[in-house]
Amino acid sequence: MEFAEFIKTPQIDGVALCVPNQNSVEGTLCITGHHLILSSRQDREEELWLLHKCVDSVEKRLDGSVGTLTLKCKDFQIVKLQIPSIEECLNIAASIESLSNIDDITLTYPFFHRPSFPILEDGWHAFAPEAEFNHIQSHVGSEWRLSQVNKNFEVCPSYPQTVVVLKCIDDATILKAAAFRQNCRFPVLSYYHKDNGMVLLRCSQPLTGPNGKRCREDELMVNSVLGSGRRLRGYILDTRPLNVTKLATSKGGGVEPEAYYPQWRRVNQSIERPSVLQESLIKLIEACFDVNTSSDKWLSKLDSSGWLGNIKDALTCACVAAQYIDKDFGSVIVHGSEGTSTTLLVTSLTQIILDPDCRTVRGFEALLEREWIQAGHPFADHCVKSCFAVSKQRQESPVFLLFLDCVWQIWQQFSCSFEFNEDFLIVLFKHAYASQFGTFLCNNERERARLRVKEKTISLWSYINCPSILCEYLNPLYDPNGSVIWPSVAPQSLQLWTALYQRWQRYLPAQYDVWKQIVEVKEKNKELKSRTVKLRKSVATNS
Amino acid sequence: MEHIRVPKVENVCLVDRFSARKKVVGTLYLTSTHVIFVDPEGHKETWISHMHIGSVEKKTATANGCPLQIRCKNFLNVTFIIPRERECQDVCSSLITLSQPENLEDLYAFHFTASDATNRQNGWDFFDLKSEYLRMGVPNDNWSLSTINKDYELCDTYPRFLYIPATASTPIVLGSARFRSRGRLPVLSYLHRENQAAICRSSQPLSGFSARCEEDESLLQGIRKANPSSKYMYVVDTRPRINALANRATGKGYENETFYSHIKFKFLGIENIHVMRSSLQKLVEVCELQNPTMSTFLSGLESSGWLRHIRSIVDTSAFIARMIQEGVSVMVHCSDGWDRTAQTCSLASLMLDPYYRTIEGFQMLIEKEWLSFGHKFTERCGLIAGIEPKEISPIFTQFIDCVWQLTQQFPMSFQFNERYLLTIHDHVFSCQFGTFIGCCEKDRVDLRLRDRTYSLWGYTSKYTSNFTNPFYTKNMEISQPTILPTVNPQSFKFWRAMYCRFDGGIHPKESITDVVCAMKDQIESLDDHRKLLEKALSYTRLSLENCGS
Repeated sequence: MEFAEFIKTPQIDGVALCVPNQNSVEGTLCITGHHLILSSRQDREEELWLLHKCVDSVEKRLDGSVGTLTLKCKDFQIVKLQIPSIEECLNIAASIESLSNIDDITLTYPFFHRPSFPILEDGWHAFAPEAEFNHIQSHVGSEWRLSQVNKNFEVCPSYPQTVVVLKCIDDATILKAAAFRQNCRFPVLSYYHKDNGMVLLRCSQPLTGPNGKRCREDELMVNSVLGSGRRLRGYILDTRPLNVTKLATSKGGGVEPEAYYPQWRRVNQSIERPSVLQESLIKLIEACFDVNTSSDKWLSKLDSSGWLGNIKDALTCACVAAQYIDKDFGSVIVHGSEGTSTTLLVTSLTQIILDPDCRTVRGFEALLEREWIQAGHPFADHCVKSCFAVSKQRQESPVFLLFLDCVWQIWQQFSCSFEFNEDFLIVLFKHAYASQFGTFLCNNERERARLRVKEKTISLWSYINCPSILCEYLNPLYDPNGSVIWPSVAPQSLQLWTALYQRWQRYLPAQYDVWKQIVEVKEKNKELKSRTVKLRKSVATNS
Repeated sequence: MEHIRVPKVENVCLVDRFSARKKVVGTLYLTSTHVIFVDPEGHKETWISHMHIGSVEKKTATANGCPLQIRCKNFLNVTFIIPRERECQDVCSSLITLSQPENLEDLYAFHFTASDATNRQNGWDFFDLKSEYLRMGVPNDNWSLSTINKDYELCDTYPRFLYIPATASTPIVLGSARFRSRGRLPVLSYLHRENQAAICRSSQPLSGFSARCEEDESLLQGIRKANPSSKYMYVVDTRPRINALANRATGKGYENETFYSHIKFKFLGIENIHVMRSSLQKLVEVCELQNPTMSTFLSGLESSGWLRHIRSIVDTSAFIARMIQEGVSVMVHCSDGWDRTAQTCSLASLMLDPYYRTIEGFQMLIEKEWLSFGHKFTERCGLIAGIEPKEISPIFTQFIDCVWQLTQQFPMSFQFNERYLLTIHDHVFSCQFGTFIGCCEKDRVDLRLRDRTYSLWGYTSKYTSNFTNPFYTKNMEISQPTILPTVNPQSFKFWRAMYCRFDGGIHPKESITDVVCAMKDQIESLDDHRKLLEKALSYTRLSLENCGS
């Protein structure tokens, strides 16, 4: 396929670009296979450089001889283009619509992008399961092992080839147990709490069904987690609302009956389903953009969007899991239905709370790799569109965005405990929806292997971890905090993430200036410290 | 002292609203000025000033004892469980009496003596309105100082010095005062030096359905002409149109555009004190909800209307500031011109003039727009017994909230921080200082507060560093002298640190501001240390050289 067939008007002069809170710019608009570029050519600087993939919806308005295109982007940016010819305007709209909706992943920009920066460390190999396991091996080596049972993705298509399971469970047992779990997502180790040896596991729902089917191997796999050593108590955290769980049972899914999993207590801590979260985001963004509304309507729309409530639910669930582990000396298994969305939301947030490593840049990247990318969160399906347009399949869901928002809420409350800043979270959000890198492509490792993503594209981590890039995303106030951090989930504590959902607010740049100041203060402080140390030394040597 | 029936109660339980499990048992003391709860295990003391107590309520006794709920004007809300009902009753009635002194002179300020050697005078002489008007370049050719009110005879709720158009003769001033509610005639509040546009303030005219007053009309013309570059001026009635219309039936009302030439008249729809009072009450109820869901919180916040009111005040003030910036003078009034007018005139000045955004300038702004122009603090804050409940209203609280909203949008333009706003708000009610006692300048002179009480400004001047915003950038005065806020509803936030201040658990655990302040302090001490070391080094080097030679 040639992109050229979609591009009837590759270039047009006299196009005006309007972005909120900025003066409009006139220039030449170019359409390439992957980008929309507008340049005023005056200072030879591109005013707009937009991936087609970033465009969520295209709206046309024709008025006399001028056509206006409103491009609503997946990162909530809204770009207006005034094009001085109706025909060209329609051509361009058609091009953007086709080019932003190309289904074939191998035709997307990451497969064409060549890096303009030196790759110091290849991000594709930075967070392999083996390496991650090495970090905890000295603690868990006698009890847990790496299993290759999923080699060539033969057992579970959405799991990586290497997973961590109990040492006492052999691969044959896993094979049988996997058949009892939806999409064969058998229980695997997600996190080991070094402080007290408690563990966090995740899986999908058991296929108990209305007749209460059971599976000895699954029971063995789950029950063996407890009983040995200090682990006596366990909690199975079901992230579904009770009625959804009941419905799932009637359709062949369900929950672990307490009779066969005697040491485990079942708890429902419900989070809305992915499709409901999508509706919630659509309503939220609609409310955020309606600036001519009244105060009352704004608050009522914010309320009815349910977004902040979803944040509260997700954080509450993670806090409950963290509490079982850290305070009650219990171990926790988390699952919903498939175990690829809300399950991962909960297991990853729990780790942010419990594990100081996850609050560093590298630790956070590792967390995303382990708990989202390799764990089979369907990025391709969930992030294919955002809140302005919906695809035909209606698979999209902002579960990952909800996760980033929850992290931002914790970050707000513990601003010194994270090595990264707010922009880091925002840039991850943008790359999840449209990127020149391959990290968030596909739904799971199997698809990535099939398309040879790791050979043909660059990893986002290769880019972000370049010192010259990373410095933009470091928190100047970072002061490593080795303890568990307990966020407040009271409604008064949760806030709307203005820099993301209301990026058009005129007062936001002032916040950036504040951060610049913080960096300056920090640097001055550092410089003075080293100077006094030097001075002290020379005073000592001289006297 | 005779009001304290039980000075001390043992085995009192302090209820934690957020977790029923966390019960603290300790001793409750009643002193002549405070209720003090001492938690012997946690070594913590909770002090509540009697003056801060808004309401005390004895609840139905249970097996554990009798709950006593104290709600404070600074939004502290505590419940104690007192073992015996009788004792609870005694504490309750003592507190009701103690929190509502009969007379102004029973207020804490008249008994308070600073523990350190603070001079009682300190702070009272910081501000002189004449020098503040001089700063604005007044008097000048167009504006002059009138001493007609020096004995508060023309208008007893106005300051003694009034600034009026130079063209306004005594008969005009007298005539206009007669035509304005409570004699509060149009006078100068703020003059924008750059373009000579002026904010003036007054009360509503006694126009009824058709009355007019030539003197008042010519005073307004004088105000317009004092700004020669503009052909017209605005008269802003901050009330909703319907309220102003209703006032006509009682002989009051608003300016008729056909009588006053070259004015543009505008209603701006800020609600009255009664609406604001019930709004705050609803807001407090939302904050007191047990285990609220996101939805009950947000819908409660919405139905309280609080943010809607805050927005309408900021919006109106921004309109005034924008007009001034465009060179058009604005005359502002509401009904009596001491509530909404005080809010909007002071906020507009704050947006226009960087001086008011400094620690000192903000005090000046309060002195001028609130204290000297007669905001009725004693009544609005319900400082003493016998004040009609319908006179109490959170007008000043709203002003402080609006200022906070501005600090959120312009984080580098204010020299002071949130703590400063909270401290001022606390002491409006604490009555520890004489600053906010009384309802107008005349009251304060009559009470001889200067001689008998301490000034809040003397106190705050000793703790300037606590109140400094680490992000304040003086350059902003030049690069962005006028700060016009965004007023879309999304820009207004619920001020957690004010209304939920004492709910420890819900605030950020790590404060960016505190950390940056600490770093800045450290920079200062490091720099001193560096200088010392450099001195020592050059000294040793010098002596070494001397030895060598």
